[in-house]
Amino acid sequence: MQKGQSKMSNIQTAMNGVRAAGYVDVSEAPATGMITLRGDLSDAGVQKAVKSVMGAGVPATLAVKDADAGQILWMSPDELMIVCAYDQADQMIADLIAALGDTHSMVVNVSDARAVFDLEGAATPEIIAKLAPIDVKSMQTGTVRRTRFAQIPAAFWMTSNDSARIICFRSVAEYMFNQLRNSAQAGFEVGDW
Amino acid sequence: MSMRLKTGGRLLNRASQVEFNFNGKRLFGHEGDTLASALLANDQMLVGRSFKYHRPRGIVASGAEEPNALMNMGEGAKFEPNQRATTTELFEGLIVGSQNHWPSLEYDIGAVNGLFARFLSAGFYYKMFIHPRPFWKHIYEPFIRQSAGLGKAPTEKDADTYEHLYAFYDVVVIGGGVAGLQAARTAAASGASVLVMEQTAHWGGRAIVDGGEIGGQSTEDFVNDSLEKLAAMDNVTLKTRMMGAGVYDHGYLLGYERVSDHAPKATGPRHRLWRIRAGQIITATGAIERPLSFAGNDIPGVMLASALRDYVVNWGVAVGDRTVIVTNNDDAYRTAIALKQAGLDVPVILDARANGAGSLADTARDLGIRVENGKALAKVKGGKRVTGVAICAQAGSGGVLEEIACDAVAMSGGWSPVVHLYSHCGGKLNWDDQVVMFRPDLNRRPTDQNGEGFVTPVGSANGELALSAVLADATVRAKEAVNALGHKAPSTGVPEANEHGENAVEAVWLMPQGAGDKLRMKTWLDFQNDVKVSDVQLAAREGYESVEHTKRYTTLGMATDQGKLSNINGLATLADALNADIPNVGTTTFRPPYTPISMGAIAGAARDEVFQPLRQTPMQGWHDENGADYEPVGHWRRAYCYRRGAETRAQAVEREILQTRKSLGLLDASTLGKLVVKGPDAGKFLDMMYTNMMSNLAVGKCRYGLMCSENGFLIDDGVVARIDEDTWLCHTTTGGADRIHAHMEEWLQTEWWDWKVYVANMTEQFAQVAVVGPNARKLLEKLGGMDVSKEALGFMQWADGTLGGFKARVYRISFSGELSYEIAVPANEGRAFWDTLLKAGAEFDIMPYGTEALHVMRAEKGFIMIGDETDGTVIPQDLNMQWAISKKKEDFLGKRAQERSHMVSSDRWKLVGLETLDGSVLPDGSYAVAPGTNANGQRNTQGRVTSTYYSPTLGRGIAMGLVHNGPDRMGEVIEFNKVDGSLVKAKIVDQVFYDAEGAKQNV
Amino acid sequence: MLLLECPYCGAKCEETELSPGGEAHIKRYGPGSSDEDFEAYLFMRENPKGVHFERWRHVYGCGKWFHAARCTQSLEVFGTYAAQTFEPPQEIKDKISGKRPGWSWRDFS
Repeated sequence: MQKGQSKMSNIQTAMNGVRAAGYVDVSEAPATGMITLRGDLSDAGVQKAVKSVMGAGVPATLAVKDADAGQILWMSPDELMIVCAYDQADQMIADLIAALGDTHSMVVNVSDARAVFDLEGAATPEIIAKLAPIDVKSMQTGTVRRTRFAQIPAAFWMTSNDSARIICFRSVAEYMFNQLRNSAQAGFEVGDW
Repeated sequence: MSMRLKTGGRLLNRASQVEFNFNGKRLFGHEGDTLASALLANDQMLVGRSFKYHRPRGIVASGAEEPNALMNMGEGAKFEPNQRATTTELFEGLIVGSQNHWPSLEYDIGAVNGLFARFLSAGFYYKMFIHPRPFWKHIYEPFIRQSAGLGKAPTEKDADTYEHLYAFYDVVVIGGGVAGLQAARTAAASGASVLVMEQTAHWGGRAIVDGGEIGGQSTEDFVNDSLEKLAAMDNVTLKTRMMGAGVYDHGYLLGYERVSDHAPKATGPRHRLWRIRAGQIITATGAIERPLSFAGNDIPGVMLASALRDYVVNWGVAVGDRTVIVTNNDDAYRTAIALKQAGLDVPVILDARANGAGSLADTARDLGIRVENGKALAKVKGGKRVTGVAICAQAGSGGVLEEIACDAVAMSGGWSPVVHLYSHCGGKLNWDDQVVMFRPDLNRRPTDQNGEGFVTPVGSANGELALSAVLADATVRAKEAVNALGHKAPSTGVPEANEHGENAVEAVWLMPQGAGDKLRMKTWLDFQNDVKVSDVQLAAREGYESVEHTKRYTTLGMATDQGKLSNINGLATLADALNADIPNVGTTTFRPPYTPISMGAIAGAARDEVFQPLRQTPMQGWHDENGADYEPVGHWRRAYCYRRGAETRAQAVEREILQTRKSLGLLDASTLGKLVVKGPDAGKFLDMMYTNMMSNLAVGKCRYGLMCSENGFLIDDGVVARIDEDTWLCHTTTGGADRIHAHMEEWLQTEWWDWKVYVANMTEQFAQVAVVGPNARKLLEKLGGMDVSKEALGFMQWADGTLGGFKARVYRISFSGELSYEIAVPANEGRAFWDTLLKAGAEFDIMPYGTEALHVMRAEKGFIMIGDETDGTVIPQDLNMQWAISKKKEDFLGKRAQERSHMVSSDRWKLVGLETLDGSVLPDGSYAVAPGTNANGQRNTQGRVTSTYYSPTLGRGIAMGLVHNGPDRMGEVIEFNKVDGSLVKAKIVDQVFYDAEGAKQNV
Repeated sequence: MLLLECPYCGAKCEETELSPGGEAHIKRYGPGSSDEDFEAYLFMRENPKGVHFERWRHVYGCGKWFHAARCTQSLEVFGTYAAQTFEPPQEIKDKISGKRPGWSWRDFS
């Protein structure tokens, strides 16, 4: 796609930055840069290119790595997700493509294809446990998991002990928000578990 | 009469009075009551009517095994039938009603069924209703439906909310009695994470009521001490009001938490279903007392001995002033002693065993209770409540020795371990003659993903009834369980328990042993489904040998209590009638849930707006605001049309089509799949995916392609664009995006894993808008930013650029036959772009159109639609699309399959256009009839309609269909059936109805 | 509900995170193959009571296809392994031999 700066006034995320206060706060993040990089993550060329552009190397399996500008998320043995500022994504993609050179790979901008939600509050893992069939208590800060939230696919990582970031497809952002909001309503605390 | 005692009731808060309503009567109980204890405290012995004979029934048990006290609970949106009074905690304002009677509980017309009991025997339904056949539909079924079913179905939407929780523990202990708590302490000491769940609101199980001492403490102190220690541990979670509902493969366990049933006004979910993965599951689920089979054992006032004891000790409720005890084991003596100590009269203990009981009998005698060994009940006297009993010898046939007036009977036929959860996932049982029960075979436990046992029954659930044995079993088994997980349980001793020496239980399956027909017809096995000893014996006489068949024939154990009280007694009765051993007759299968759980809990949060995900395009807000009439397409909702004012759907569709063809239309095409395929082998890969050649598509060009499965059948279609040397963008159908993405990944990962290709699903990255109609170019030129002329951007080409300041990729493709551009912009800018187009297009009377206009316009052009012209059995050749099948390629998915003899046969139904002679619209899915009938006597067919519409452009009906040898029969008139049975004539014509030469789109 | 470990990301997945893909190790027959081979490829499947090899996709996770060796009767899982192979790894075959001596499945034993 041709490069060029979009008018900020034209940009509208899936849920317009919706927020809900509950025993965990739920909010849609502002427009966020997201880049899918496909390539053999064990390939030296891929590792070198990522390191040179991002200032951080390929993360270990299921890990999140902080980079100079954003985070690198391990998605599969041949896929990374790079999270960065929305208006940085195109330049970063160009840099990655240049750095990868002839190495078999694919780098695409998926910033608009996703919605991003933040959970904040001590009971953040509890909200995730109401929706995702995984052992969220064993999730360490700095690890990412792709799973389902109720009926839709999503990826999330714990950004601290009491906060998490969730990425899902844009078209189901409202479903994701409603599920998170309902789960986090005051009075719906699980208590000891 | 039943009543509240002045003292006692360890669970009650007597200071707090709770008002509730039963069958319209205002009654009072206390905080801590169950509904059952509160009803008994109000002398409400009669709580329901039985299923078949509508016999008066009272409370039998004090827990989850209760068969009779099922209530309609709540009102309106909070109404729920079949709620057990024994497991319902009383709360202020509770409204309940009894079930299965008319006009009232006291005077029930259905009780007349009891007079016909002789004719309503086992298998009655099978025998009675089989002939004559027409009677079934018009007479029998309506009658049965009217009289069948306990409780009423709710009529309003459930006002409560529910949710799920996924939780993971090393060890889950089910049951909070002394065995469960001791097992939990042992397991937790190893450091393993432990969840302990107790289905009632109180810890301790039976032990507190039953008494005894553990390590010098009372059982109550032991329980409290254990709880205190467990609560202090970080690795332990304690949950009351949570039932182990079901155990499934690989350590999966459902915990049913009744969060606010006891406090319905609280904010929060009513129930929470815990979807648990456990490394090891310890079932400390205790045991259930069995009734005894004697005549009149269903009369209100006859109760399990343990339940009578519970009501006195836990809730300070006496079921009667004078209670006769009848038993085959020592435990029932505890009831006699408890009643006596509460100041109630126990005229006699009838012990069916010739040698009677151990030291408990001495205690009873010391309290002045008469004990009769070798004696039994000949029958219980009374109607709606017990008035007395007739005593006989157990060894005889029921000759009455003595009659005693009483108002309650406590019965104990021994104990059955609660093996349900242990058995759900395949745990096997052995019959133990010594203790007269089925108990778990620990060598045949359910196995997990590692092939190791993962469910461990402990304590009474493992067949241990004595307190010391329960504690020892719980300790040893819990250690084994945590050790199996690789944890190390510290070596701790088993607390000492002191207890009475008890004599062995003796099997008593019928009382008296030689009871005749008349008595057996009044001797109930299954209280809820009205199955008697005589019914099971009849089934045996009629040839039933398998317990599974007998169960279905008699309905034994098939009620909502799933035979918790009746199964073993029924089984023993069948074994006796067949002159077989109990183990040879077998057991029925225990299936989850342990007791019924709410539908709401199963559904969890999935209702209303989150019933299922509805996918939305970036322009959905505009559609919502502008009269969009939606239709589901996959999980998307797409606008079928946009209605204005009082327009019908048809009028809206007509307006949208005419204006688009005349000037300018606008379609939200964002849902179309967009898959980017990139890599050195991408061309080779796409040549395998599509029937036509994609590797030779020039950069900057578009090509329409077909995809088939390996079976040869069409699965998807769409336009492919070559982006650069090693990148292609494949459009799929709306419903096909995820499916075709998965299809591509599957072949890349599992067949051609050495090919260098990556695929990304970019569907949602872009908002895509089709700008359609003779003025389409004018609109884009007005926006400006890139050259969209015929010379710069010809038909079936694409280009990147900007339009009105939006960065855009523009495809010149057409699904309508008009001059058409499909424009992709970043999704976050989709709404702004859509608004910009509408504003700029106002001078052309721009017309947003929906999916129906899209369908009609493509049909006018004779374009196929996946899902209309295809149904999973159609190959491209059937659609005359040989032009899209490469002859040069050696291989593509579906090629080999299309070479099969049936596929290459000339004898296939093929695509044609259809025009009715009268201009009407053919019915959708209509069949073309042919002369004669087939082997089934059905009319022969020679084709069917696949797409049919009213064409506003042509002013008449148009259709496409698959017709036998259709393309060879142009001009022939054939007949199609209509819904009313009449026929309509249609001429076979070319499928392209509009602009066959393509002049309009190629400008 | 099954619990399978994805060999690519190491996640222990419950069945709802996966999608099943039928039998593993099926050889594709394309143009030029005999009717018998093609029929076997498209339609003929094992239905064993015991050791079985099947395909699963970690569809809600890393998206990768993998193979699982398990017992259809007890649901014991002998192992999971990457799909890019024509036969089960030796260590999984050895493990099955240890637990189900004398097993065989199609050409494997």
